[in-house]
Amino acid sequence: MNRMTDIETLTSADPVLRLSGITKTFPGVTALSGVELALYPGQVTALVGENGAGKSTLVKILTGIYVPNEGQILVDEQPTRFTTATDASDAGITAIHQETVLFDELSVAENIYLGHAPRGRFGLVDWAKMRADATEILDRIGAKIDPRTPLRELGIASKHLVAIARALSVDARVVVMDEPTAALSQAEIEELYELVERLKSEGKAILFISHKFDEIFRIADRYTVFRDGEMVDAGLIAEVTEDQLVEKMVGRSMDAIFPQRDHTPGDTVLSVDGYSHPTEFEDISFDLRQGEILGFYGLVGAGRSEFMQALFGVTKPSGGSVTIDGQEISIRSPAEAIEKGIVYVPEDRGKQGAITAMPIFQNVTLPSLAQTSNRGFVRMAEEFALARKYTERLDLRAASLDQNVGNLSGGNQQKVVIAKWLATKPKVIILDEPTKGIDVGSKAAVHEFMAELAAEGLSVIMVSSEIPEILGMSDRVIVMRDGLIAARFDGEGLTPEALVRAAAGYEESAA
Amino acid sequence: MSLAEGTRPRNLPDRLTNRGTRVLRSWEMLLAAIAVLIFIANTQASPYFLDPWNLSDATFNFTEKAMIGFAMALLIISGEIDLSVAGIIALASTAMGWALQFGVGTPGLVAIGLAVGLICGAFNGVLVTRLGLPSIVVTIGTMSLFRGLSYVVLGDQAFNGYPSDFAFFGRGYVFWVISFELVLFLIFALIYGVVLHATNFGRQVYAIGNNPTAATFSGIRMQRVKMILFLLTGVMSGIAAICLTSRLGSTRPSIAFAWELEVVTMVVLGGVSILGGAGSILGVVIAALIMGMVTFGLGLLNVPGIVMSIFIGGLLIAVIALPRLFTLIRTGRAS
Repeated sequence: MNRMTDIETLTSADPVLRLSGITKTFPGVTALSGVELALYPGQVTALVGENGAGKSTLVKILTGIYVPNEGQILVDEQPTRFTTATDASDAGITAIHQETVLFDELSVAENIYLGHAPRGRFGLVDWAKMRADATEILDRIGAKIDPRTPLRELGIASKHLVAIARALSVDARVVVMDEPTAALSQAEIEELYELVERLKSEGKAILFISHKFDEIFRIADRYTVFRDGEMVDAGLIAEVTEDQLVEKMVGRSMDAIFPQRDHTPGDTVLSVDGYSHPTEFEDISFDLRQGEILGFYGLVGAGRSEFMQALFGVTKPSGGSVTIDGQEISIRSPAEAIEKGIVYVPEDRGKQGAITAMPIFQNVTLPSLAQTSNRGFVRMAEEFALARKYTERLDLRAASLDQNVGNLSGGNQQKVVIAKWLATKPKVIILDEPTKGIDVGSKAAVHEFMAELAAEGLSVIMVSSEIPEILGMSDRVIVMRDGLIAARFDGEGLTPEALVRAAAGYEESAA
Repeated sequence: MSLAEGTRPRNLPDRLTNRGTRVLRSWEMLLAAIAVLIFIANTQASPYFLDPWNLSDATFNFTEKAMIGFAMALLIISGEIDLSVAGIIALASTAMGWALQFGVGTPGLVAIGLAVGLICGAFNGVLVTRLGLPSIVVTIGTMSLFRGLSYVVLGDQAFNGYPSDFAFFGRGYVFWVISFELVLFLIFALIYGVVLHATNFGRQVYAIGNNPTAATFSGIRMQRVKMILFLLTGVMSGIAAICLTSRLGSTRPSIAFAWELEVVTMVVLGGVSILGGAGSILGVVIAALIMGMVTFGLGLLNVPGIVMSIFIGGLLIAVIALPRLFTLIRTGRAS
């Protein structure tokens, strides 16, 4: 390990950017209280913490979106103040966000240079230079994208690369990466690591936010741990182990990651036969029994979410039938699916799951209003009671049930969405990437909760792209590829290698 | 907060701020304060303002528009808009005047007014919810279409000679200075207030306006809710057409010209977000009172109509801009 020898060089540098005693409060919530953070040139600092620990708030303070109530931001040890996003970018801070904001109707080059396009004569945009510069940046990060392509023609991973290119198009000294690998495939993640190495060698200070420990230990030099809005610990990665880091993060040690389950599935609850869609999936058939967790594995774009949304009535299938409790039913809208006892927790919490501008209790009761109302008139007391019942069970962390969902962290928003569906007392719950973008602690809580639900007789369909989750939670697994079922595993032969082979299509002659 | 005996500790309180504090800090309170100020200013400006019959007359400045405004508030909260409401009034009034030529009596006229409103609302609703067209474009089209039909029928003529009992809707008094229109206004304020704030339907309207995708994913039949809102707006325009035609005693194709903008102004002044998802009926009621008092007060001072519209426009911008300015100052932009 040359890491140990590096320690001296690591510790001798002065920070480019330092936060001191930063406190940020929102009505009823203290998001950050007196946190410290230092970023050094040519070094990667990993910021770890559970959902709700204050990481996103910190990013927003760094990028000038929030103004802290107390504390100082020091650039080169000089106190400064960021009141707008421009202030932060002028100070050389750029961020690659978890959910990137790009414009589908503009070209790649325009997306990269929006707001700071190179100007020619008369202040007009110098298109030739913009395209040339964009090509250069894209080359630098190893992205083979023509800058003239309209963004909407790109896939999600390429869009992410454009977002990275955009962040690097300003002359930045500090690069904040907020879960940059969440939407990327393994090969793309490798390319991202190379990019991080290159940025390091250029002397940039990098703040790397991630939930994936393998990533952190692979590329970070330093770590800072947040818990419940406070800074718990900071130091050099070389001097800490994974277990220690997890313990600092959750405030307790975690042994078993996945809950042990005794699984005795009951009768068939749901049968799907020959479900097809003109473009997205074809001939999907399976049975789901009571108390069972059925995993759906596949690569991004394999048609899993599209199928689930058709099953939930969002889109129309072109053929096939659904039988629930022995009765053939047709599902033409989510309302009908909910009536029949099928509910769907979508992958995209902010857009499809929660209504962020409405309070927690109103989100929870939205599909259950018939339950909590009297002849169409709302009864708030019943609503609070129902919302409390399910959110307490999920250990929701919030200031009050009247708080807007948008003020909660990602993990807690997910809990509100799950609570919303449990309150409808479903027979089948479809969880689409239930732990995506959630920290280790919340992940374990969601897994435990899934196991509990299955034990109570609820049938669970879990769409997941994480192999450990699929292996750890599922009773049976279906692998989809290009809109078709590529493989089925009933417990036997279920290995990570088999899953990957089936998903990618490298099967050795499927018998 | 101490726990009463027998209750288990609550992890999550229902609310942190009680309703009283909320009301005090609300947009509606700000509007009410402005309404009081305008009321006082009016009493100072003209000695005739406080006369009960004058005040009663003043209510006609807003009752008809506000009735449409209530339905419009729901529609705007759901993320849609209907700019054809004044066109619907023209068409409904023309249909009533046309029927009058065949000796149709008051009950028949009322039925025709309501039916035309309902049909126009249904037409808008089908175009928006079935064909998925944007409501602002659809209703700009039907705004011209409805009024255009009225011009085709009437040209520069007018329908006159409405039966004497038909006059009650626009000129009748229920008790002393309390007009039938004012009573209708109050009843509709109550009904729409209850529908929006105390029913499942109202909750769904807010949900759709805030996040249509998540609302659909939550099992709300969004197109059905929006269709109902277009129908309601159409019917309310029909009712306004009956009242206005009755009050004027005649129908001309220019009837209620440009009312759609006054209705939208009233709704937005009342605190309804033009982007959808937020607003209250109480706000619209107070906004209606403000607009009515301003128009009437300036009228007593013999201020010409064009100046009144300048004043209303200025008021709208001021009332919307002030709270934003305060927040900007408070968040320390000017430290």
